[in-house]
Amino acid sequence: MSMTESTYRIQGGTGEWEVVIGLEVHAQITTNAKLFSGASTEFGAEPNTQVSLVDAAMPGMLPVLNKECVRQAVRTGLAINAQINKYSRFDRKNYFYADLPQGYQISQLYHPIVGEGKIEISLDEKDPDAHGKTIGVERIHIEQDAGKLMHDQHPTMSYVDLNRCGVALMEIVSMPDMTSPKEAAAYVRKLRSILRYVGSCDGNMEQGSMRADVNVSVRKPGGKLGTRTETKNVNSMRFIQQVIEYEAQRQVDVIESGGEIVQETRLFDPDKNETRSMRSKEDAHDYRYFPDPDLLPLELEDDYIFDCKASLPELPDEKRARYKNVLGLSAYNAAVLTAEHETAIWFEELLETTEEPEKIASSAANWLTSELFGALNRMGLSIEKSPVSPQQAAELLGLIADGTISGKIAKQVFEIMLETGDGAAKIVEEKGLKQESDTGAIEKVIADVMAANEDKVAQYRGGKDKLFGFFVGQTMKAMQGKANPQVVNELLKKTLGEAG
Amino acid sequence: MAEIFELGIAGIRSGIASGDFTAKEVAETFIARVSAAKSLNAVLVETPDHALAAAEATDKAKAAGKTLGKMAGVPIGMKDLFCTEGVATTAGSLILEGFTPQYESTVSSNLFKAGAGMLGKLNMDQFAMGSSNETSAFGNVISPWRRNDGGNTDLAPGGSSGGSAAVVSGRICPAATGTDTGGSIRQPAAFVGITGFKPTYGRCSRWGTIAFASSLDQAGPMAHDVRDCAIMLESMAGFDPKDSTSLELPVPEWEAGLKSDLAGKRIGIPKEYRVDNMPPEIDALWQKGIEWLKDAGAKIVEVSLPHTKYALPAYYIIAPAEASSNLARYDGVRYGMRDLPDGAGLQDMYAATREAGFGPEVKRRIMIGTYVLSAGYYDAYYTQAQKVRTLISQDFDKAWESCDLLLTPTAPSAAFGLGEKSDDPLAMYLNDVFTVPSSLAGLPAISVPAGLDGQGLPLGLQIIGKALDEQSVFNAGLALEERAGFVAKPEQWW
Repeated sequence: MSMTESTYRIQGGTGEWEVVIGLEVHAQITTNAKLFSGASTEFGAEPNTQVSLVDAAMPGMLPVLNKECVRQAVRTGLAINAQINKYSRFDRKNYFYADLPQGYQISQLYHPIVGEGKIEISLDEKDPDAHGKTIGVERIHIEQDAGKLMHDQHPTMSYVDLNRCGVALMEIVSMPDMTSPKEAAAYVRKLRSILRYVGSCDGNMEQGSMRADVNVSVRKPGGKLGTRTETKNVNSMRFIQQVIEYEAQRQVDVIESGGEIVQETRLFDPDKNETRSMRSKEDAHDYRYFPDPDLLPLELEDDYIFDCKASLPELPDEKRARYKNVLGLSAYNAAVLTAEHETAIWFEELLETTEEPEKIASSAANWLTSELFGALNRMGLSIEKSPVSPQQAAELLGLIADGTISGKIAKQVFEIMLETGDGAAKIVEEKGLKQESDTGAIEKVIADVMAANEDKVAQYRGGKDKLFGFFVGQTMKAMQGKANPQVVNELLKKTLGEAG
Repeated sequence: MAEIFELGIAGIRSGIASGDFTAKEVAETFIARVSAAKSLNAVLVETPDHALAAAEATDKAKAAGKTLGKMAGVPIGMKDLFCTEGVATTAGSLILEGFTPQYESTVSSNLFKAGAGMLGKLNMDQFAMGSSNETSAFGNVISPWRRNDGGNTDLAPGGSSGGSAAVVSGRICPAATGTDTGGSIRQPAAFVGITGFKPTYGRCSRWGTIAFASSLDQAGPMAHDVRDCAIMLESMAGFDPKDSTSLELPVPEWEAGLKSDLAGKRIGIPKEYRVDNMPPEIDALWQKGIEWLKDAGAKIVEVSLPHTKYALPAYYIIAPAEASSNLARYDGVRYGMRDLPDGAGLQDMYAATREAGFGPEVKRRIMIGTYVLSAGYYDAYYTQAQKVRTLISQDFDKAWESCDLLLTPTAPSAAFGLGEKSDDPLAMYLNDVFTVPSSLAGLPAISVPAGLDGQGLPLGLQIIGKALDEQSVFNAGLALEERAGFVAKPEQWW
């Protein structure tokens, strides 16, 4: 790790302060049904249309564990090289609130399903290996989400929507290993990428599928850990960084003005860009955790864990290494193409069109990160929605590689592909964009150009080398840009150099 | 021939089979019995239509020559802890007043599928917390039994399944469902001279049964005799994927397996159950029980269950702890009572609703449960109680090395007068002293009426068996039943 130059410090009146950050990320598990009931989990349904008798905590209702949630949590644990606990158990976290019909949340306090793991983060996308850091994960446990209160529907009452109530979450608890907002953002970005590769969470922060409780404390560099505050339910990458910046500065200000940080829960107000105290440790709930007697302990067999492992796709770190080492991509391209699973899938579909992918990998990667990304960006589309398919892209790249069209013409062809959805070869054929590599034809045009510009030829031959570009331009112009520039160069050099 | 109302499940079954009477006649008989027994306050909601519809279905099926279900034509009483679709269900509490489930509990549904009809929902101790039925929000059930002193002291039918006990002993329903958390089937059965059976934990689904203490609650039959209990349990039990603690095992044919010859069986007599101040009559009955089982061919051995004395304290930590959490859902938000004082916020509504909706015993247990789970007390109480629970289970496992079944009294006293113990919760809790250990260990147990005390009140003996060995429990119960020759019934005064 070489991040001395970028080490994050708060400049206080008493000197520098270091920030210590830990994140508890709540990730909604991708499943059709809730954690302990068969109700649907689809986003955006009308209020209270996805509520089972269990979710509404009707008398006598009992939870039944959704096995898919267990599988996804185990796969996630394996993806971060974590300890999978073969024995885990569900506990009740008891508190009263209108969005919690049971009066308790079923969670895993004492025996979580996943133990310690780690996540490699990168602070510089262009050169991930030179600026990496390992962030420890303390545990992952499974728990129920609560419902939602709506305070703006009635002048004196709050309405309750139980659609989210009972939805399965993984709580992924990091070690306090991060020391800057940038690291925290990199951690969340990488975690999100892994979850999306695994398919255990869609990582959609706008829809609340991923949100973080941000734990922040400050200390003098290398000193004893300070008292932390926990800012709840932060739901964007930008807000996470803002919370850290604000909280760190606030804590330094409090301490330096003679105050003391109290352990408390805070809320982030994005409009004012500040955090506010929600409740202090003294007011903290006593959750009276105890093992849920309605559920049996969860015991996993080795075979089951093995099958979960076997079902994992190639994960971003392995993939990036392979792109770099086997396919010969630049560190930057390898990092960019593996950050999102969908991008990597698209790229690999393109490579699948050839027997020898390593031959086209680099040029394809360059084309993807410049041409395709540029176009998608402009159109506001994700790669899955790309109007040009990987197979069509392969065709286009093939035409460049075999000299049928130049890179410049290729840009033109690509634009037409985006507009019409037509194949590259068809466009080249129809528009007559095929590149001329026939030396005879080019030689003829060169002869004409030279004949029309005898003075310039003489000047060139007299030592005015700069005029070479002029001849290239004239030749290309005469051939409507379709001449193979390499051939033109070679022939011009030869012809201009010959006589005189 | 006996009157229809004097018949139990097997009697009704054979009467219908032989054409002595129709299921409809049976239903009408018991509907009238229910209707005439209002002074006992045992039935909270009468459901004559349900009983009649089931009876008509049975008669039709019989006429069509179809095979009848195990409970065909038997109208039963349903403890009000079971949620019944379209029929008000309160668990004896004001907090659920006005609640009508839109679903049927697995146990009641199983019974209906077997052909049973429902005569009504039966009164009970509020949320099954009590041993006398005095904690019901709808007034206590009065036992059909009276002392033989010529007086008319109202007696407790036991609890929490007191309504069930009263209707079966008064021949108001031929059988009834009960639930047993620490003795709530067995103690009332003993108090009123009927047979009550608590199966192995997990035999009967808890789905749709209002929870008291999830790790202990088990449904079971309360009926005239051992055979009736076996028939009824066969219909109640069975794996239910909706209850994660339900046992994924086939239901044995216990009735077909009934056999009172106990040759080769070893019966353990746990010495720790000889408690202080045990009435001599109960001790004497226990001795008689030993002789009866010997007579049936069993070998008697003394065994030790050394942690017995810690069972009651552990139970009164674990059960309230679970209850404090299970009862959190009664908050006035979605169903049942809501007390929303003027200008009240959410917390005020919770407090007002729960203050008005729960009775004193329920509040006491919620307070105890909340306390024992609190930060700083959890290890000293809850964790310790769970350790005791494990030790108690191990006591039984150890005992099974030298015996197959245990014989004990069911309760430390005969029925007491209403009000006699209601001011002293600890004295009330002692009623469960013989039934709680097997509940903590999840073991099957039966209470069989075995004699009368000097006041003419029934006393019961309990057989406890190994997990899943209901058959041996039924068989030993049958051996006791045959030898005890218990025929006493309360004289009808109501």
